[in-house]
Amino acid sequence: MKRTIFSNQLLPWLLLAPQLIITFVFFLWPAAQAVRQSFLREDAFGTRTSFVGLENFAYLLQSPEYFNSLKVTAIFAVSVTVLSMGMALLLAIAVDRMIRSTRVYTTLLVWPYAVAPAVAGILWWFIFNPTIGIMPYVLAQVGYDWNHISSKTDAMMLVVIASAWKQISYNFLFFLAGLQSIPGSLREAAAIDGAGPVRRFFDITFPLLSPTTFFLLVVNIVYAMFDTFGVIDATTEGGPAQATNIMVYKVYFDGFIGQNIGSSAAQSVVLMILVLILTVVQFRFVEKKVAY
Amino acid sequence: MIRYSTASAVALIASLGAANAETTIDWWHAMGGELGTKLEEIVQGFNDSQEDYKVVPSYKGTYPETMTAAIAAFRAKQQPTIVQVFEVGTGTMMAAQGAVVPVHQLMEEHGEGFDPSAFLPSVVGYYTDSEGNMLSMPFNSSTPILYYNKTVFEKAGLDPETPPKTWAEVEEFSKKIMESGAASCGFTTGWISWIQTENFSAWHNQPIGTMENGFGGLDARLSVNGPVQVKHWGNLKTWADEGLFKYGGPVGGDNAAPMFYSQDCAMIMNSSASRAGVIANATDFELGFGMLPYYDDVEGAPQNSIIGGATLWVLSGKSDEEYEAAAAFFSYLSSPEVQADWASFSGYLPITSAAGEQMQDFYAENPGADTGIKQITLNEPTENSKGLRFGNYVQIRGIIDEEFEQLLSGDKDAQGALDSVVERGDALLEEFQNQNQ
Repeated sequence: MKRTIFSNQLLPWLLLAPQLIITFVFFLWPAAQAVRQSFLREDAFGTRTSFVGLENFAYLLQSPEYFNSLKVTAIFAVSVTVLSMGMALLLAIAVDRMIRSTRVYTTLLVWPYAVAPAVAGILWWFIFNPTIGIMPYVLAQVGYDWNHISSKTDAMMLVVIASAWKQISYNFLFFLAGLQSIPGSLREAAAIDGAGPVRRFFDITFPLLSPTTFFLLVVNIVYAMFDTFGVIDATTEGGPAQATNIMVYKVYFDGFIGQNIGSSAAQSVVLMILVLILTVVQFRFVEKKVAY
Repeated sequence: MIRYSTASAVALIASLGAANAETTIDWWHAMGGELGTKLEEIVQGFNDSQEDYKVVPSYKGTYPETMTAAIAAFRAKQQPTIVQVFEVGTGTMMAAQGAVVPVHQLMEEHGEGFDPSAFLPSVVGYYTDSEGNMLSMPFNSSTPILYYNKTVFEKAGLDPETPPKTWAEVEEFSKKIMESGAASCGFTTGWISWIQTENFSAWHNQPIGTMENGFGGLDARLSVNGPVQVKHWGNLKTWADEGLFKYGGPVGGDNAAPMFYSQDCAMIMNSSASRAGVIANATDFELGFGMLPYYDDVEGAPQNSIIGGATLWVLSGKSDEEYEAAAAFFSYLSSPEVQADWASFSGYLPITSAAGEQMQDFYAENPGADTGIKQITLNEPTENSKGLRFGNYVQIRGIIDEEFEQLLSGDKDAQGALDSVVERGDALLEEFQNQNQ
């Protein structure tokens, strides 16, 4: 293999510079600021600042609201992941079995992914609005009184549905690609041995899909935990009674609405650590298991 | 597009010619839609009335967004001269002593013929320090009133000209309305925090916090879990269970007004500034106005209601010329003509007695439009009904909503919910006190 040798030591750095600058300005510098702020206590205008050590973190650990937020985030992330991956897998299997019009269905199913989270949130907010929405009207016919403004369960269901709906497209594409890369001969051989469709799915297809599944699992959890701010802000704003106040939303609310910058920074540092853990998990396991 | 850029080029050249002598100041505000258009009209009127100063209004989104933008701009030393801040941001703005220029100081130094006594005490009282000095300039102030559906009242066999005066009547009327099938719910409300907690307390002359509702200093704490408030929240829960009352959601209660417009609920308590909107939407029924209901067994009720809305704060770090411009603009804003025009257009309260007098004709032609002003001037404000001043209050309002929701869902009783409001709110007040000492 031919190796390119740069005689100029500066050129590689110059070529890298745009990426490095962007990383520094938009990732490293704000992250460092957040870490710094998490040790400070400051009024809104920044006229009085004092160093308080770990007090902001200690306050978080004593706060029942923060633990509620952790719990809500866990429930939310797991529900979104299970729902969006489950639905996507079903759809992918259905499309995989289709002989004609596979492309048309694939295209149609990918559309929601192009919708911005805030728009998706508004869309579902309208559909489920207790006063003017169509779904509460339909649900009322079967005797269910839908009201995500006062019911914590309804609110959680709403944000889970809105967030999962958007992510189904993405999962669907990966599952479909995964399914299509499984050689047909394996399933045929199982069929000849007398295995039914269900048996074939669980013994052949699902294990061979596992790298894709694991990859999607990590991506979806990350999505649900960090990328759903728009959905929450457009639908429930964390309510009722903090029932949908996931960690990312709480960082925003405490910092930007409540002007409590120290606590907000401490929360984002905790989130940063969580992202780190998730990234390590992804690299340790996904890299090993995915068969490219 | 070409026409637009030509026009702006012409405007640019024109402004270059005039820019020499003019001092330009920025005003960041949160008035969208028709109110925003009206606001720009008022500013235009000021800019046209003289040649020394020019005010440039910029719409910055919702109240919290505008306040956040101004704070971020201040930290980056790019702050506007004037910023509109909602009433619950008052505690934060006041505590930031190095960041704001109090209006009384601005007017003393740069304003001519400024008379603080011309302002309505019940409006400016909310925005004065403990010595009675005005800290910010009230711009849009409103107070909650009762709107009711006369058509439904008539169908239910009630007198359409008599709104309920007391909460006992609200209950009685609501039952009649529901039993007769005239509407499916008796009443709803916007703003559980502002209307059913803060205004409710002032209206019944009950404190919501220690040290004159926080006016006395940063070590004030909440005391909203008194027997009168507990009784009222408990009743709201009972009425919600019976279907007499329907909850319209947290913060402003987005779903409350639609329930009133669709005639599901026969009464709504909401801001006097939503008058124009209510009239526009009350197309299928006759609309009536009334004062907030009270419990007649509480001594001193009804006292007076308190205001909401926003005021204009002047930020520090600007030049003397800019402050002169701001002072001139404030004099213009508080003139009776401008005030009367703005108040009759928007439904907000006039802030000076002179403007109130100018509006007498308007009130005569528009029955019910003076309900708000009558309510805030009903009695001389006491230390319980002057207003409130707490730090971190945006979050405390959130806590009030959350605990009310806990009450509705049956997780807590009224005493428990209000005790939690006090406990959680006090933690935030303590945090705020630590930040600002």
